[in-house]
Parts: sequence; structure tokens; C-alpha cells
Amino acid sequence: MSKPVIATTSLAGCFGCHMSILDIDERILQLIELVEFNKSPVDDIKTFTKPVDIGIIEGGCCNSENVEVLRSFRKNCKILISLGECAIMGGLPALRNGIPIQECLHEAYLNGPTVQLNTEKILPNDDELPMLLDKVYPCHEIVKIDYFLPGCPPRADLIWDALVALITGDPMKLPYETIKFD
Amino acid sequence: MENAINQIITNYGGRPDRLMDMLIAIQEQFGYISRGAILTLSNELGLSQVDVEQTISFYHFLSTKPRGKYAIYLNNSVVAYMFGRQAIKEAFEKETGITFGQVTPDGLIGLFDTACIGMNDQEPAAIINNKVFTRLTPYRVKEIVQYMRKGLSLDELVNESYGDGKNQHPFLKAMVSSNIRRKGMVLSDQYTMGKVIKEILPKMSPEGVIAEIKHSHIRGRGGAGFPTGFKWEFCRRAKGQKHYVVCNADEGEPGTFKDRVILTEKPELVFEGMAVAGYAIGGDEGILYLRYEYRYMKDYLEWVLQNMREQNLLGENIGGIEGFNFDIRIQFGAGAYVCGEESALLESLEGKRGEPRDKPPFPVEKGYLGQPTIINNVETFATAVRIIENGGEWFTQFGTEDSTGTKILSISGDCMFPGVYEVNWGFNVEDMLNMVGAYDVQAVQVGGPSGTLIAPNEFHRTLGYSDLSTGGSMIIFNKQRNLLKDVVLNFMEFFIDESCGSCSTCRNMPQVLRNKLLKILKGKGVRKDLDDLQAWAKVLQPSRCGLGQTAANPIVSSLKNFRHLYENLLQKDLDFDEGFDLVAAVQDSCNYVGRVPKFHH
Repeated sequence: MSKPVIATTSLAGCFGCHMSILDIDERILQLIELVEFNKSPVDDIKTFTKPVDIGIIEGGCCNSENVEVLRSFRKNCKILISLGECAIMGGLPALRNGIPIQECLHEAYLNGPTVQLNTEKILPNDDELPMLLDKVYPCHEIVKIDYFLPGCPPRADLIWDALVALITGDPMKLPYETIKFD
Repeated sequence: MENAINQIITNYGGRPDRLMDMLIAIQEQFGYISRGAILTLSNELGLSQVDVEQTISFYHFLSTKPRGKYAIYLNNSVVAYMFGRQAIKEAFEKETGITFGQVTPDGLIGLFDTACIGMNDQEPAAIINNKVFTRLTPYRVKEIVQYMRKGLSLDELVNESYGDGKNQHPFLKAMVSSNIRRKGMVLSDQYTMGKVIKEILPKMSPEGVIAEIKHSHIRGRGGAGFPTGFKWEFCRRAKGQKHYVVCNADEGEPGTFKDRVILTEKPELVFEGMAVAGYAIGGDEGILYLRYEYRYMKDYLEWVLQNMREQNLLGENIGGIEGFNFDIRIQFGAGAYVCGEESALLESLEGKRGEPRDKPPFPVEKGYLGQPTIINNVETFATAVRIIENGGEWFTQFGTEDSTGTKILSISGDCMFPGVYEVNWGFNVEDMLNMVGAYDVQAVQVGGPSGTLIAPNEFHRTLGYSDLSTGGSMIIFNKQRNLLKDVVLNFMEFFIDESCGSCSTCRNMPQVLRNKLLKILKGKGVRKDLDDLQAWAKVLQPSRCGLGQTAANPIVSSLKNFRHLYENLLQKDLDFDEGFDLVAAVQDSCNYVGRVPKFHH
């Protein structure tokens, strides 16, 4: 049997979840023995080159590009995992939900205390830029998500255990501490 | 203005627990509660500004912004919509040039939505400066707005005849109709005011009264059905400096209006019942907590109380019984459904946000101002008088074994004769529909939004605490009605508006469920959505009060009894669709920055 294929991406996230993936330390060598990485910032493969078994999503969706990437993950991956608070709930970026998008743009580009160089009062509108969504969406409100790994970021051990469970088919151990967050 | 506010504070003895009365008085006098008023109140009452502000923000008839010289509150209950609410809303907006939630630039007219105002048998209806206008039509709306522009007084706005019965009383002069269609022991004409207090109580001990009430097996008429005799007994036994009798007239369950009718036609019976209860528990103070929607009854009820005082039915040594002192005052809510929950009601009575308390302790031990308190429904007090008059044994011959006596039903919706019907418990739904002239019936909402939506295959069921329990609200829907879109959705919006926000379950889950329902209604639903609705509704169970615990009932009971309506709307070929619309989601931002959305497929 060929090695399971993994892809990862960071949407509206901070890459903290990816840092946590790297935080499995020397086990990353073991992981590479067990799996093959496809599209991912870890190996810098930009596009899917083959069918993928497990897609790991960090971050929610704040713009049209996030949505497109997420949909391409759903299309190319058998299993999708929402990794971390932002993918699951929207996280910090979702603080803007509830504030009209016009106000957000106004604050960010025209009127914010740190806006100094935008003397021509330009709001970014180039066709090459992703289009902002009306609010930040958690991934499962856009596509079907199979598993959720909570945390900000989820601990490296949790990520490791989840991947091992998925690859081996064994049930995942979820001791009380891993799902208790206060 | 500060003088006026100080005067209001003095009128209520400078007591912080009378904050609600003060806020209502300020709102009525000035049309809003200003920053300055809040400062004065907090200084004079020794409360923080936030204490005052959070109370104001809780009640929807209180406002920190002017609501207009004429503040129009148009009922948005299901039945209002069924009888043309949309046309009335449009007429008001057309005539005033503003939309609901706004005040005209000249400050003359404000338009606001409000939850069921207890006029389901005469919709569409609105409250304008505490006066109820029933059976509105677009023409009448045009006329009313014209009259307002001419500066006519509130009385001059009325060109309808007054309603039936006591609604014509000089202190009431309401265009509201009582519509009593069936009388039983409570609404009976055989009641003689004061007979129980003057002729029967002198021969009975307080314990004897409680024994008689217990023997009757009467249970609370507000909906929860707690045995009244036990409640009175627990309270009598509880230690405290003072015992209180509170009458719950915060009739907020959409579709119920029988308390309004009882208080209009038989207020003496209710007040006498409160006095009987005072005698039984050893209390000398009674409070009628009346919903603000019934503010138009204030002068009339005050007159009735005064009349009873003059006849020695209230006051000191009443009915000639040495040491039997009891008087009643009226205190108002300010628009909050949750205040019908007894501990929330107590919070409101004490001038605070109407958030339910943790229980225990129950009000019979620690109620109003921390003292033993009984809280009973209007109908319960009225019924208690007939029990003491005729005996507990007599009472048990009416109704069924576990539900003795009669129940007053508020029946509205698709029927020939909406109104108030007093029936024996054990009445079945089929008979009820035939009684009111309801044909081609698709469904009946029993007990209001927090109750059950039943289908014709359950019309054999009977009204009673062990089968179909109800506080009295019965709304009938014929086969032309769209149950999910027009009924269930309206009920969910109601719970979302009325949640006090204290429990996260009740603050959030009804919105999640409502959004799923909207998704299904848009044709974006999949089978999993139905499973989610059912599973997630259970999250509400641990909520602190009945509002939260029943807030999913519109969805749960329609899903159980009308599942096919949901299934017909589902996408059969998909097992996942979250209903996300990328084109719609980028619309606003693209418009604002001035670019044309482009999509790669």
C-alpha cells in the first residue's frame, strides 16, 4: 500500500497551527516515513498534483481566495480536518463579524490611527486582490468538514495523535484534559 | 426637568426597588429617559449608573432616545400577520415616511414593533401612547396619522365605538372587546363582590382556607400547574418579617388574552381572591404585576380598588375580621415576556432587569424583597374565590381527576368566533374547534409558542395537566397557512427577541436553530439539517427558566408532527449544503471599494 498523502493550508489564520504541526519535533522524521506531503506550505508545493487522503485546514474564510482554496481542498481530499480555533469558529479574525464591512475598510485604510501613507485615500480594489467576504466564516459553513481539532493552537501531541489514529484506523485517545479548556 | 424627576423619585419614596415605576413615569412624561435623568436617579437612589441603564435597556417600552410624541407600537404576533399586519405596517410607513424603528424628523411619530399585546381576537392592533387601537385597516391608519399631524389629542384619535361589557366604563373607554363566548364558574354572573370576605372568611381560619384550596386540587392557571394549596401552605409556614401576595398579570404568552378579559370584566373577583390568599398566608400586602401593554386599564383598576376599600373589602380589619389587614397596589412591567416567569417577575418588581433567579430558594421562602411570597396567575385568584364560596368538594365535580375545575381559553386564529371560552378541563380539541367554528383546520398551537403544535390526528386529545397542558392560548391555523414560514419562524423570532440573555444556551441556540430553519426555507436544506435541529434543540434543556427550556418547542413540535413539511423542502440529491453564497458574500465589499466581482470557476 502506498503512503497516505497529506495536504495542509493556512486560510485566515496566523500560521500558529502550522507551527504547532512542526512542534511535533523529531517525530516529523517519523511522520515523513509514514506519510507523503502534497500541497502544503511545509514543502512549498503550490497545487495539488495527486489525490490526497487527509487535508488539514488552518484558519477560517475571510475572502474569496480562502473559499476557493477550501473548496479545492474539499475536491481533492478524502478527509478534511479543521485545525484550531479559527478554522472551527472563525477565531480572532471573526472579531470583525458584526461590524459592517464598510466600517472595517474605512478604519483599516482611511481613518485608523496607523493610517499615514494613504494620502490619496485609496481603498484596495485591484482585480488581482481577493474579494473580502461580508464576515469571517468557519470552514464548516462553506464545505463539509470531517473532523475538528480544537485549540489555539491545538497542541502538537493532539495533532500527532489525530494523524496516527487516522492513518492506523485506531480510535483516538481523548483524555479529559484534551477537551477541557477552562 | 430635574425638578420633575426629583418629584417622581419622591412619589415612590426614594426607594431603589421602585426604580421601574420611576422609569415608567419618566418615560411617559418625557417620551424617553435622558442622560440627565439617569444621573439624577443614580445619585438619588444610591445606584450606579449602570444599574439604571441595564434596567432601562432590558425593557422594550423604556428608551434612552425619544420615541416620538405619538409612539406607535404595532403588534407582530402570528395572528396579527394572519389578519393583515403587513398592510398596516406598510400603510404606517407610507403615511409617516419612515420605517419601523424610526421617529419622524420632527419628533412627532415613532413606529415600533412589539410582541403580542393580548389582542389576538381583534388584530391587527397597536398601542399608541398606552391606548389600544384594535382592528386596524390601512384607511384607518391614514386617518390616524392625519389626525396626529393636526395635533389631535389621544382621545380625539378615536372614532370607533367602545368595546363590549366593561370596556365602556368611564374609566376604561377602550375600543377593546372582551368577546366572552362561554361562561363557567369564573366568568359567571352569579358572583357577588365581598360575599366571601364578609360572610365566609369570618367563619374560617387561615388553615381552613388552605385546607379547602388543597381539597379542591386546583393547580396554577398560568401554565406550570403547581398545586395552589401547597404553594399557599409552604408560604404560610415560611418564616419572614412579612408575607406578600403577588398576582401575575404579565400575560405575555402570544395568543393568550384571558387575563385581560378577567381583569376587565371581573377585577373584583381577582382582588378578592388576592385578599383571600393574604388571609390564608398571613400577608397584608398584595401587588398586581400588570404588563405594560394593559396600561390602559390603570385608572379603571385603581377605581375598582378604591371602591373595594370604601366597602371595607380592602384596608384594615376588612370584612369585619379583627386584624385582617390587606391592601393591593398595582405595579407595571415595561415589555418583557420573561417577566411572566415568577422569579424574573420578582426581580422586575424590585426594579431590576427581569432575569430569572436560581432556584431554590423558591419564592414561597424568599420572594419579593427576600420575604415569603406567593405568586399566582390572575385566573387562579379568581377561581380561589369560587372555591371558598362553594367548597373544595363542589369544585372537584368540574373537570377531570387530575385537572379539576374550569379553564379559560383564549382562542384566536382561523375561526369564526375568536374570543374567550371557559370550559371544564377534559374538553377535547375536536369539540373546541367545533365550538369556535373552525373549519379546514391544519394545525392548532396549544399553549402558545412555548407549547405544542398539533395536527388533526391528535385532535382527540384533551385539555388537562396530564395531556395537553395549557395556560390558555389556542391558535388555530387553516390549510392555507404556511406553518413553517409564517408560524414556526415567527415564534422563533419571538424567543430570540425575548431571551434575557443570561444563559448562553438560550442566548445562542434559538438563533442557530432559526438560521437553519431559514436555510431550509430557502431550499438549501439537506437531511442532516433535520437531524441537527432535533439534536441541538436538546442543548436548551439546562437553561435556567422555562423560556430557555421551551425556546426550541416551535421547531421540535413541528418537526415531530409536521415532518413532511420540512422534508418537502429538502434537496434530495445532496447530503451536504451549508447554503453559503459566495456571490452574495462579496457584494458589499466590492460595492464599497468600487470593483466588479469576478469569479474563477
